[in-house]
Amino acid sequence: MKNRTTVERKSERETVVTRTFNAPARIVFEAWTKPELFKKWWVPKSMGMTLVSCEMDVRTGGTYRLVFGQGMAFFGRYTEVTPHSRLVWTNEEGGDDASVTTVTFEEKEGKTLLVVSELYPSKEALDAAGGAAEALVETFQQLDELLVTLGASAGRA
Amino acid sequence: MVQYSNAGLDASFAALSDATRRGVLEQLGRAEASITDLAEKFNMTLTGMKKHVGVLERAGLVSTEKVGRVRTCKIGPRRLEEEMAWLERYRQLWDARFDELDRVVEELKRKEQVDGRKKRE
Repeated sequence: MKNRTTVERKSERETVVTRTFNAPARIVFEAWTKPELFKKWWVPKSMGMTLVSCEMDVRTGGTYRLVFGQGMAFFGRYTEVTPHSRLVWTNEEGGDDASVTTVTFEEKEGKTLLVVSELYPSKEALDAAGGAAEALVETFQQLDELLVTLGASAGRA
Repeated sequence: MVQYSNAGLDASFAALSDATRRGVLEQLGRAEASITDLAEKFNMTLTGMKKHVGVLERAGLVSTEKVGRVRTCKIGPRRLEEEMAWLERYRQLWDARFDELDRVVEELKRKEQVDGRKKRE
């Protein structure tokens, strides 16, 4: 069964996303910290973008760099890495105005509550991120429709 | 694509980031009230409540009207549709991402079970 994703805008600079995963924290943590696994899900297939490289040196002080086929790159530094429970990194592609992402993994009865908090340097920066989300969602919806069509024809075949 | 007024969004998110102001909105959703009523209800000074109502008013979430010596507050004129739309778009992005993560996690779980069985054999 699919778990619910909830979003809360904590303040004009911070959003918090939560979702439960039906697996222990060590497994969910692994999917966030091994580049070959991370790149399987961070850019949903429906986004229509491709990750050409994904370098991640996951340890406190280590850096990461994600490069997209479209020429875009996202990079920053891990400021805190606590195995199976907490990850904090900066997103520095915006220059000095880095935003900070904090991910916590809380295991309970074999399930993991994941909390992703994104703190932006200003409300303008958060609004811009919202704009990007808007563009992505539009792509998802178009692709969803396509997948339904493809699924339907595959089902008949 | 629908155009969203960012300035309006900022003001209302800022207004809603405070528990007292969310409480005031809930209260006004049930009935109009004067600032004095609200100050009493929330156990707050008149000046404190005036400030909160001012923030809500600037965000367009509350309107006030002075009748004689009493200032009455009510909900409006703006509603929270834009805020809801913003959050929903953001939620959909993460939901799609997490659906993929679910697949990866399930794969890892299966692999762990298989490896565990191999070790025991």
